[in-house]
Amino acid sequence: MSDDGYEVAIVGAGIVGAACADEFARRGLRVILIDREAVGSGATAAGMGHIVVMDDSDAQFALTHYSQRLWQSLRPELPEDVEYDQCGTIWVAADEEEMAEVRRKADYYSERNLVTDVLDEAQLKTLEPNLRPALAGGLLVPDDGVLYPPCAARVLAERAQQHGAKLQLGCAVERMEQGCVQMSDGHEIRAEFLVNAAGAVAPALTPGLEVKKRKGHLVITDRYPKFLRHQLVELGYLKNAHAVTADSVAFNVQPRRTGQILIGSSRQYGAEDKEVDHDILSRMLQRSQEYMPALGSMSAMRTWTGFRAATPDKLPLIGPWPGDKSLFLATGHEGLGITTSLGTARILVDQITGAQPEIPIEPYLPSRNAKEQVHA
Amino acid sequence: MPERVTVTVNGARVDVACGSTVAVAMILAGQPCRASVNGESRGPLCAMGICFECCVAINGVPHRRSCQVFCENGMEVRTDG
Repeated sequence: MSDDGYEVAIVGAGIVGAACADEFARRGLRVILIDREAVGSGATAAGMGHIVVMDDSDAQFALTHYSQRLWQSLRPELPEDVEYDQCGTIWVAADEEEMAEVRRKADYYSERNLVTDVLDEAQLKTLEPNLRPALAGGLLVPDDGVLYPPCAARVLAERAQQHGAKLQLGCAVERMEQGCVQMSDGHEIRAEFLVNAAGAVAPALTPGLEVKKRKGHLVITDRYPKFLRHQLVELGYLKNAHAVTADSVAFNVQPRRTGQILIGSSRQYGAEDKEVDHDILSRMLQRSQEYMPALGSMSAMRTWTGFRAATPDKLPLIGPWPGDKSLFLATGHEGLGITTSLGTARILVDQITGAQPEIPIEPYLPSRNAKEQVHA
Repeated sequence: MPERVTVTVNGARVDVACGSTVAVAMILAGQPCRASVNGESRGPLCAMGICFECCVAINGVPHRRSCQVFCENGMEVRTDG
């Protein structure tokens, strides 16, 4: 036991680290949340902020669905500046092949008690008149929503502090292992359990961790109220986001409370610098105009990039790191960290406190990669 | 070429000298331009297309910089929609 008396030290005050700090603190553990910059200043500030259910895999569905329900129960406690808006997602189908995917998705969600609505061409046009003509239809997922992630992270960190958590900002971490966090200014923070929640930079603190930076670009427009009502995602997104090597773009737009429109998305591996890549940016905007031609005449206010923490199997790493009994991971959330932060916090804290998790945790355990390596 | 042109600002007629920008018409009309997120009025600040504080809707196209557009006869300028 250190003189600090911490039971848990979390490195990374993005939305995942902040959610974990809140969960630990509310269950009575003495916790410190550490970040080299500010709360929610990394991928949390760069992301779109969707609270969505996804079904790339059963495990992804389980975690996103569980997390979305946690967000919905937290919603009454969130202040106005978190901008939680249950606008719903429409998965847009361009052709009959994609409509088949709409029906498959609708059946999958329905079997898991999630209500959706299959839209034909005319219904899609009514809900989103600014989409181009001659699309095949879509799938409306009404429970999906959006929020403003940096404020959500701030709220979670504040809740943690109200339950006794300490916050240490503005100092980088050099190492974290064997119950000790070594800060760059030379001081040490000791705790029984360490949590690496450092997103895309997590491998720098835990060598051997299979997390890669996956760069993304976003554009936000001036205010065009009522132009867009739902989050829209092309179904081709599935094909694009699944490509694990090549750069890809997909049509994904979100309405914000201000009337601004957030335009994404791009995915790039191996791009380590934060500079805007104008080639991929123009491909991304071109793609968005193929679905919503009027976006082309709007003025963009700002363009920026961020880094998703991507794992080989597209599932996050939540649980103990083999080889260091003190060390746990909460990273690798790729493009879903805002949604899955709350579910991550629950099942991580369940593991440490010995509580029974509400969903199976095996798909997210870091040891799954080690097993794959043994068999490879 | 006429020496004066007439535009409307939120429906009210404004006569300006030919070659005037819409920002000039806004000042002559005594009207603010865009509103901030919190609803505060904004108007021409830099007058050279940089600050975006003088945006108005011109002929139905929102967020146009009034300091960068010349007035034309019959042009409809709005800040209320």
